Amino acid sequence: MINRLWSSLVRHIDRQLIILVALLMGLGLATLFSASGASFDRVLGQLANIAVALAVMWIAANVPLHYLNRIALPLYVFGVILLIAVDTFGMIVNGAQRWLNLGFTRIQPSELMKIALPLMLAWYFDRYEAILRLRNFAVGTVLVLVPVLLIAKQPDLGTALLVAAAGFYVLFLAGLSWKLLVGLGLAGSASLPFLWSMMHDYQRQRVLTLFDPSQDPLGAGYHTIQSTIALGSGGFMGKGWLNGTQSHLDFLPERTTDFIFAVYAEEFGLVGNVVLMVLFLLVIGRGLVIAANAPTLFTRLLAGAITLTFFTYAFVNMGMVAGILPVVGIPLPLISYGGTSLVTILFGIGLLMSIHTHRRLVQT
Amino acid sequence: MIRSVELRDHQRELYYFQLRLAIVGGAVLFAFFVLFVRFFYVQVVQYDYYHTLAEQNRIFVVPVVPNRGLILDRNGVVLAHNFAAYTLEIMTTQVDDLPALINQLSTLVEITPKDRKRFQKLLEEGHDFASIPIRTRLNDEEVARFAVNRYRFPGVDINARLFRHYPNGEIASHVVGYIGRISDGDVDLLRKEGTAANYSASDYIGKVGLEQRYEKQLRGVTGYEHVETDANGRSVRTLRSILPISGDNLLLALDARLQQVAEQVFGDRRGSLVAIEPKTGGVLALVSKPGFDPNLFVEGIDPQNWDALNNSPDHPLNNRALQGVYPPGSTFKPFMALAGLETGKRKPGFTISDPGYFVLGGGGHVFRDWKAGGHGLVDLHKAVVQSCDIYFYGLAQELGIDAIHQFIGQFGLGQKTGIDIEGEVAGLLPSQDWKQRRFQQKWFVGDTISIGIGQGYILTTPLQLAQATAILANDGKVFRPHVVRHIQDSQTDALTTIEPQPISEVPLKADNIRRVRDAMVDVTKPGGTAAWAGLNTKYLFAGKTGTAQVIGMKGQKYDEARVQERHRDHALFIAYAPADDPKIALAILVENGGHGGSTAAPIARQVVDFYLLGKEPPPKPAAAVELGQEND
Repeated sequence: MINRLWSSLVRHIDRQLIILVALLMGLGLATLFSASGASFDRVLGQLANIAVALAVMWIAANVPLHYLNRIALPLYVFGVILLIAVDTFGMIVNGAQRWLNLGFTRIQPSELMKIALPLMLAWYFDRYEAILRLRNFAVGTVLVLVPVLLIAKQPDLGTALLVAAAGFYVLFLAGLSWKLLVGLGLAGSASLPFLWSMMHDYQRQRVLTLFDPSQDPLGAGYHTIQSTIALGSGGFMGKGWLNGTQSHLDFLPERTTDFIFAVYAEEFGLVGNVVLMVLFLLVIGRGLVIAANAPTLFTRLLAGAITLTFFTYAFVNMGMVAGILPVVGIPLPLISYGGTSLVTILFGIGLLMSIHTHRRLVQT
Repeated sequence: MIRSVELRDHQRELYYFQLRLAIVGGAVLFAFFVLFVRFFYVQVVQYDYYHTLAEQNRIFVVPVVPNRGLILDRNGVVLAHNFAAYTLEIMTTQVDDLPALINQLSTLVEITPKDRKRFQKLLEEGHDFASIPIRTRLNDEEVARFAVNRYRFPGVDINARLFRHYPNGEIASHVVGYIGRISDGDVDLLRKEGTAANYSASDYIGKVGLEQRYEKQLRGVTGYEHVETDANGRSVRTLRSILPISGDNLLLALDARLQQVAEQVFGDRRGSLVAIEPKTGGVLALVSKPGFDPNLFVEGIDPQNWDALNNSPDHPLNNRALQGVYPPGSTFKPFMALAGLETGKRKPGFTISDPGYFVLGGGGHVFRDWKAGGHGLVDLHKAVVQSCDIYFYGLAQELGIDAIHQFIGQFGLGQKTGIDIEGEVAGLLPSQDWKQRRFQQKWFVGDTISIGIGQGYILTTPLQLAQATAILANDGKVFRPHVVRHIQDSQTDALTTIEPQPISEVPLKADNIRRVRDAMVDVTKPGGTAAWAGLNTKYLFAGKTGTAQVIGMKGQKYDEARVQERHRDHALFIAYAPADDPKIALAILVENGGHGGSTAAPIARQVVDFYLLGKEPPPKPAAAVELGQEND
């Protein structure tokens, strides 16, 4: 009886993914415990986030694929409406208008877009599976640009980047021609000066200090300098759990959220970093395998985009801490403290699981 | 340019998709490889560099200033000590907007414009301080108020620091001196000496007096603490510490009670008193009036006080005992008398007839006696007791300047005594050679005549006169005068004695010494020039009065009432007692005091009475400061 209940409960849970996710979240909790000064407050808070996110993941994993097909368009439209709502009467926190206050809780609609956009694009391309024309890609590009520009306006460069990346991955996997790709690349480069003029001062500063953090050691370069010191001083084996000096003595800013990787790298060293990268690669690998075996174009594109978004999170965050990418507000997936991004990521993982476990139902 | 791939073939479509996935997978692997390379570079190749940076981030080497040695008088009375007080300090490197921060701080603790100026000055001087004090000596309430609000002020902290304090204020201020903030000049000097490291992060150095002379001993050795600090610069814990070594204590020969009495009886007069223990050379008291409060200098003196001290016509900052040069006047005569006896130019029984004037050579210049009409028949004894000028004019002429220079030089006049306080001047005991060098002029016999009564070119400091008197009292044995008797090692409490042995001895016949001494004893007896001061002494009181002209009054009658105060003669008195077993020798100079017998000698009497008999001088409530009571 219990066995049957259990098996029905885990029927749509991919074992490999859930193990990897559990390992990463375990590492995350351990690092969080250290980063918050050996206090359980944040750890308990994160455990609550994990519980919610796992529930979301379970639901997503159990959603049949045709439901996903159906919710793609409404979700996207809903997301765009929310973004416009944020723009008109959102809350301003830390100088950026990202939050929508619903009275009982506040939400960040841009997070929703990380899933809603690839879902929408995958659905769109799936509809035109038979004949993918340039026009389809043009429409796809517009579908990408609308939310991305709205998010960039908030301003939230990090999320805009992630959403754009998610959209781009769908376009690419859908078969965007190489020539167009190169053309887009060139157009992108050509538009850089224009982008530059669109940027907020603090965003420009972040880009500038990326190339020379020492220019502004106490201001914009401080994050990068301190995180690189944390990383480097971790050495090969690390300083040991709870022994990081950079984090424990307050030198690292945002050390439970965006810069938690610096804490991890300081305490666990290069060995720890390799372990973490392998775990991330296994998740990404599993996601790509699921995408490769997905039954329809819609699910393939969705799985691929979710997986690559996950990769983008991890790569940009670690690259930022290591000082080779600009400081953009992107958390390290499954490690950083924070409910919203955790829910988004596990929702995506849940979709991957759904795609994998429901594939036979579709095929047959 | 329309791409229209017709992917009807499911397998083909899947193949294309998987190809793209593979490309993406390759890109993912490449991206992670780039990350790995970066990690490897930062964590392995550049590990040492970043490790050092992290250590520098967290570890501050904080110098620990040693306790400065105490200065205690011969009876253990504290003349200089340290007390702990809280200071409010700012780590300036961690603050962006200093003025705004200071304004905010001033809402919690009082910050005066003077505090701000001092802070600004320290900031500009840019010493390698870990933090710069904005306020010193916070009271408990202020400490509490800041502590509650500390979180609002990263980079600001309260530290307990030691402050130098001189509990007796003006008393012995010229001897003890003071410490002050290290100046750029001090820094250069320390660098040259190679001791600058011992002063890292400390603000003070001895500037004057014993504080300056014994800086090395008082200072101690700076310790170091390796302190782990957080990003706000607050120390989290101490990783390693090398304890500082406290400075050595100075145990003085000086008697603070005697010093106080001497200053009290000196009153508001300008001048100096130096008392020396003849048998050791220890300085018992060294007064220079007016004095100053050394506590004003410790935290950096404010402009008003500085101007008041520096521009005062009384020059309170000058140490008259060492730096004031005056003609010795008649206090020179006992030494002249001894020179006459020792050289055989005068026999004790030799007598002159004093008409009140002395004519040089064949109808030359006329030199007058201070007493119109003269002293009648005068022998050596009477010449000293009544201070007969005519006797010594003749003696000086017979001796000649070079013999005087040679003999008197043995008593240290016109030379630095080598006392352990900086800034001593040499004064002048002239000779033919000197005049030739100084003025390219021949020495005239007329120059010698005035020297015979301690006038003319001769210039001495009160300290030199006291030293010469001590040598006389000590039968010719010469000790280098010293204020510090023992240096007490801070670690072992072992005492090092300063100048325990005589450095030389003036060859004198006992008979001659006795004759001069007897004459000096009679100076304070009825008939002597200091009879009033010597009334009813319970000990043998040897002395000699002196009056030194401030401006020349050729031929004119000196009328004290008509001469401006500052042009009046200086009053001098040298003395030692008990004459048969000298325990104290002293010299007193009262600027513009008039006659030595009436002004200077009574001071000597009160000081010696107190020293030998413990007899308190008549109280002057306003000036009386209870020694040692002000210790806080």
